[in-house]
Amino acid sequence: MLLTNIRRIIRTGFLNFWRNGFVSLASVLILTITLFVIGSLVFFSAIMNASLSQLKDKVDINVYFVTEALEDNIFALQSSLEALPEVKEVSYTSREVALAEFRERHKNDFLTIQALEELDENPLGASLNISAQETSQYESIAHFLDNYSEGREGEVQIVDKINYYQNKVAIDRLAAVIEGSERLGIAIVLVLAVISILITFNTIRLAIYSSREEINVMRLVGADDKYVRGPFIVEGFLYGLVSAIIVSLVFYPLTLWLGGATEQFFGGLNIGKYYQEHFGQVFSILVLSGIVLGVASSFFAVRRYLTKKYLNNS
Amino acid sequence: MIHFDKVSKRYSNATALDSVDFSITPGEFISVVGHSGAGKTTLLRMLLIEEKPSEGSVFYESVDVHALDPREIPNYRKKIGIVSQDFRLLPYKTAYENVAFAMEVAGKTDTEIESDVPEVLELVDLGDKVWNFPHELSGGEKQRVAIARAIVNQPDIIVADEPTGNLDPLNTHEIVEILKKVNDMGTTVILTTHNKGVIDALSRRVITMEHGKIIRDDKSGRYIL
Repeated sequence: MLLTNIRRIIRTGFLNFWRNGFVSLASVLILTITLFVIGSLVFFSAIMNASLSQLKDKVDINVYFVTEALEDNIFALQSSLEALPEVKEVSYTSREVALAEFRERHKNDFLTIQALEELDENPLGASLNISAQETSQYESIAHFLDNYSEGREGEVQIVDKINYYQNKVAIDRLAAVIEGSERLGIAIVLVLAVISILITFNTIRLAIYSSREEINVMRLVGADDKYVRGPFIVEGFLYGLVSAIIVSLVFYPLTLWLGGATEQFFGGLNIGKYYQEHFGQVFSILVLSGIVLGVASSFFAVRRYLTKKYLNNS
Repeated sequence: MIHFDKVSKRYSNATALDSVDFSITPGEFISVVGHSGAGKTTLLRMLLIEEKPSEGSVFYESVDVHALDPREIPNYRKKIGIVSQDFRLLPYKTAYENVAFAMEVAGKTDTEIESDVPEVLELVDLGDKVWNFPHELSGGEKQRVAIARAIVNQPDIIVADEPTGNLDPLNTHEIVEILKKVNDMGTTVILTTHNKGVIDALSRRVITMEHGKIIRDDKSGRYIL
């Protein structure tokens, strides 16, 4: 009997969804807008995360060595740096490579190259490029380097300069700006999401309000609460599912179209490609939020008419 | 079978029922007559637990129905078939589905539904309108769907609240004939009406109401107001 009832409830839900077309259309439209906002939230945070992590990748520390520094000493520093848990990667640029890179960079700058030719020897020092696991760890790596030089007072100083302190202010500010705008953006989208969720809830409540007489008739015929509520829940489920499918379809051309623009503007992330790569994930988020919203709205809206013992609406 | 024990219903500015006290025995065909606002419909609403009495109790087989647990109410209502002036059909269901709904609710199997619904619709002479929606049916046809729904589960009681109020004389006659047939098969029928002709032709028990009170209760009554 239970299975029969479930089958009947599901069939009734589908039939009501179809026959009550106009009300279904209104609910689906509103839910579509809500899911669109929720989907945009997903894309927005993806864009912001991508640009933030890209920016973080650009942050590093360069240690420049004096020209007289011996490679053995530099390698010793490199291995002690690599031993630090905060350090992700240390790459060594020898004096020769630095010179070659310098020449390459200034190949169109005749004066500079000429000045370089005047010198007898390579004026450039070797350098180490250090990247950390997390941006916040650069501070401690910089401290380590300071201590490293100070600890060798007696010896010849091999470190010429560390560029962290020059970049620090700019890096910090940029990170703060990005984090701030990410937070602001998410706050705005969240508020929009809350507003559209409330509108969805109200739309479905009105849809069910228009069925209140029907609910009374069902109860008069002797239907118990589950049997009255069931089809409405199924309808709510369908609202969510249909809206999620519509939104996923709308996002496809939209993200493709915006893909190039986001790639240029935010650097790196093409939301068209992102959507294709993460389609399963985004689609699940949309379907799940759609169904939860539809079902929950229906559930609470019908409950209003079922909790009362007496049918009198006044 | 049914007993109204000094039932009163007061709204903020009016008394709809004033200490109504009477009993109905199984198999009776009882008509309730009275002017509009005399309290006929309120009386039935008390029986169907649509509204709460201000005072008094309604008993069905010695159970106070207003003291029933809300979960028990659906089972109680399944024993009553309802027919009302405004039909109260489910608008998005066909005639067939409206009748089938009552059977589904009562836990009937698909086989029972498939055999009983066409039969009962045939009985009320709607064999050719089975797949029409209520808005595609005339008033008389809608009322016959409602009757089919009310009788399909063979309830103990049929409550008919002015079932002929919106119908022409021919349809009225047919509806009353159906109710009489149902009553002959042993179902208790409670009918409220304004129609003098119906009451006089029935010559069954008549309760006359005025201002929320029972002013007359005749075993084989006529419509006197």
